[in-house]
Amino acid sequence: MRTDFPLFPDSASTMASQVDALYIYLIAVSAFFSLLIATLVIVFAIKYRRRSEEELPPRIHGSLMLEIVWSAIPLCIALSFFFWGAKIYFRMNRPPDDALQVYVVAKQWMWKLQHADGTREINELHVPLGRAVQLTMTSEDVIHSFFVPAFRMKRDVVPGRYSTAWFRATRTGRYHLFCSQYCGTNHAKMIGWVDVMEPIAYQNWLSAGGGSGSLAALGASLFQQHACNSCHRPDSQARGPNLEGLFGRRVSLSDGRTIVADESYIRESILNPTARLVAGFQPIMPTYQGLIGEEGVLQLIAYIRSLSQPSPAAGTQMLPPNNTMPAPIRPGTEPEPKERKP
Amino acid sequence: MSAEPAPRLDATPPRSSYLTAGYGVRSWLLTRDHKRIALLYLASITFFFFLGGLFALLIRLELLTPEGDLVQAETYNRLFTMHGIVMVFFFLIPSIPAVLGNFFIPMMIGAKDLAFPRLNLLSWYIYVVGGLFTLWAIVHGGVDTGWTFYAPYSTVSSSSHVIPAAIGIFITGFSSILTGLNFIVTIHTMRAPGMTWFRLPLFVWSHYATSLIFVLGTPVIAVTLLLVALERILHLGFFDPALGGDPVLFQHLFWFYSHPAVYIMILPAMGVVSEIVPTFSRKSVFGYRIMAYAVVAIAVLSFLVWGHHMFVSGQSVYAGLFFSLLSFFVAIPSAVKVFNWTATMYKGSISWRTPMLYAFGFIGLFTIGGLTGLFLASLGVDVHVHDTYFIIAHFHYIMVGGAIMGYLGGIHYWWPKISGKMYPEGLAKFAAFVVFVGFNLTFFPQFILGYLGMPRRYHAYPPEFQVLNVMSTAGASILGFGYVLPLAYLVWSMRYGKDAPANPWRATGLEWRTPSPPPTENFPETPVVDWEPYEYRPKTEVEALV
Repeated sequence: MRTDFPLFPDSASTMASQVDALYIYLIAVSAFFSLLIATLVIVFAIKYRRRSEEELPPRIHGSLMLEIVWSAIPLCIALSFFFWGAKIYFRMNRPPDDALQVYVVAKQWMWKLQHADGTREINELHVPLGRAVQLTMTSEDVIHSFFVPAFRMKRDVVPGRYSTAWFRATRTGRYHLFCSQYCGTNHAKMIGWVDVMEPIAYQNWLSAGGGSGSLAALGASLFQQHACNSCHRPDSQARGPNLEGLFGRRVSLSDGRTIVADESYIRESILNPTARLVAGFQPIMPTYQGLIGEEGVLQLIAYIRSLSQPSPAAGTQMLPPNNTMPAPIRPGTEPEPKERKP
Repeated sequence: MSAEPAPRLDATPPRSSYLTAGYGVRSWLLTRDHKRIALLYLASITFFFFLGGLFALLIRLELLTPEGDLVQAETYNRLFTMHGIVMVFFFLIPSIPAVLGNFFIPMMIGAKDLAFPRLNLLSWYIYVVGGLFTLWAIVHGGVDTGWTFYAPYSTVSSSSHVIPAAIGIFITGFSSILTGLNFIVTIHTMRAPGMTWFRLPLFVWSHYATSLIFVLGTPVIAVTLLLVALERILHLGFFDPALGGDPVLFQHLFWFYSHPAVYIMILPAMGVVSEIVPTFSRKSVFGYRIMAYAVVAIAVLSFLVWGHHMFVSGQSVYAGLFFSLLSFFVAIPSAVKVFNWTATMYKGSISWRTPMLYAFGFIGLFTIGGLTGLFLASLGVDVHVHDTYFIIAHFHYIMVGGAIMGYLGGIHYWWPKISGKMYPEGLAKFAAFVVFVGFNLTFFPQFILGYLGMPRRYHAYPPEFQVLNVMSTAGASILGFGYVLPLAYLVWSMRYGKDAPANPWRATGLEWRTPSPPPTENFPETPVVDWEPYEYRPKTEVEALV
């Protein structure tokens, strides 16, 4: 529905219609109050216009009743905006468990995207229709922001940490990807496309892309290359924590706290190993800052994540084999968000 | 006030006014008269306003076409940055407080001057020094960080003149702090006999609230910019994660000041409108006390909502909820003010003079600006419109549609008092109309652009956004014309305008009960206040006041 004068962007994700619905409600309320005030001002200005320089209108000082009424009504309306907006925000922040993982590394001025099977793209992201896609994003330099108007989705991409966002595309097509956080000279050129494809076309695209092995496999070879396995091993000689089954579990730290071993924690443990040490281990691990880049760290995380998955071909599989259909697709429907910590 | 008609105060020539108290350059540059200092500010902020406007014009011309063809990306980035810095820190923040507040707060409360006249002059010099640093940065190639200075771009990546610009803003901040301090002490200690807190004009209330923000908020932006400079020069890791810093910390610090700063811009304009609407309706403002409480409430709440600038920055979901809820609370006192201005007109005697036209414009545009703020406070919608043209449109409705409409309304309203001359009414009404039309044509299309997804700070853009951008640029040229008109006819009126009577509008404030232009000491003798604010009396007594 591209007309010459569109009022709404393309609507291509499960979030789009929800955001639009609240937006239309906001417009309706705003139009009502703007017109109400404009009408009153115009009517009063005409009806009570000064007819003689000498006239002195009646004194009216105020009305507590009216003040209460016109405080209470806006309050109730504002609270309705708040709850509705908050509901959508919660959904936006709860990726479904079955989401495809895509890793995003932003830098001045390009988007580098890696699929779980190792396929890499620049400034273009191919995703299947109807399947939730979770983005795990970081930046190599300054703050960027991943914005796809057709999905009503935006998330800042901050150096030094991971941010996540997700969407489920509902219409095939090519949609704008913008960097929306000002990031320097060619900020306006840091744009790209998201291609939403039929699931079969997507599988064909993936297999044609010839990813150089899955991300987890790339991570496994990095793991070997840096001899991580000389310390991180399951046997009694281990000088570092065993990584099998670690991902997503709670671990106790040497200072008594417990935390969840998520992407951010693993990233930190690679780049700044002594920051939060697992209980029972010595602070002997060297930093890999400068030795392993953001993309390498993401590959290692994919590998460590794979060590926790009960998949038969543990270590390499994050996607179903290319010639089968991906996990259940229910286009246009939104599964109830699983209970996950936002 | 006796029933006997008083002699016309300006009927006894030759009379000395603050304008004729001295003629040399020294008599201006070393003055301690708050009225002359206000005029020094008026001249300097007018310069910065038109400088910032020139940058805006170039931005709009570049955006006429989707390709980045008029200026290069680097130039464009410097243009929008300097437009923001100049307009926010060197025009909007000082505009109404340093000019109209400086001039009229002492007069409205029946005082001879501000509490600290030398400090007042120092404020202006500090402002000028800060302005010169920023001008130096502009002349030497400018800054490209955006007026928001987001780290780590500003601290490690930008190769532009970040430090001189930051120093300029840092220094100018002290001018705001001193002005705020001066206003607070003046309002507390220098009110004339009988001028109780609840007889203060709402203009004074709104400046009191603004001054609290000046004093409490400005030190935070000062220290934030200092941290930016330290990280840039000494590579101390405050914000850059590569040095162990936290980039989102910068945003917390920056918005802790810069959100309240929005209220520094709008509260004084609300104060102006609260003077204009009763005067030209010839009625007491509806719900005076509620109006006074509302400005204080807005000032207090302004400090509790900074996190709504970070709904997509990765702060926790619960922080998002908290700041969203508090942001909605700001809507309540704002809505109450709009309803009360409107109700003030009910059964009034409404005069369509230029200041009132600006007040009408303010009420309408502030309503739209405020309501679209609710879109941004709504978490789910903000995620989509954040950092798009929607937010550009929203804050220009508040800052240009609100603050500048209020400022121009105030300038026209008090021009007879400031200059002793009347401005040309017909031309002024025409200019007000041009500004209103130009403004809406410039900024309304940007709401639609933003929802369509056009990000802000884009030098080039996809072609489907062009129609709306052309409308916006057309509006900007109309708006620019509307701003040049008052400059021309106000300067003209200083020489050729009709002499202004002491109280051309039959307003009730103390500032109108002294000749136009006022004598250096403001009042021939200290006034004694025995009436309620905006109290219009039967005809004979109104006559007596003129």
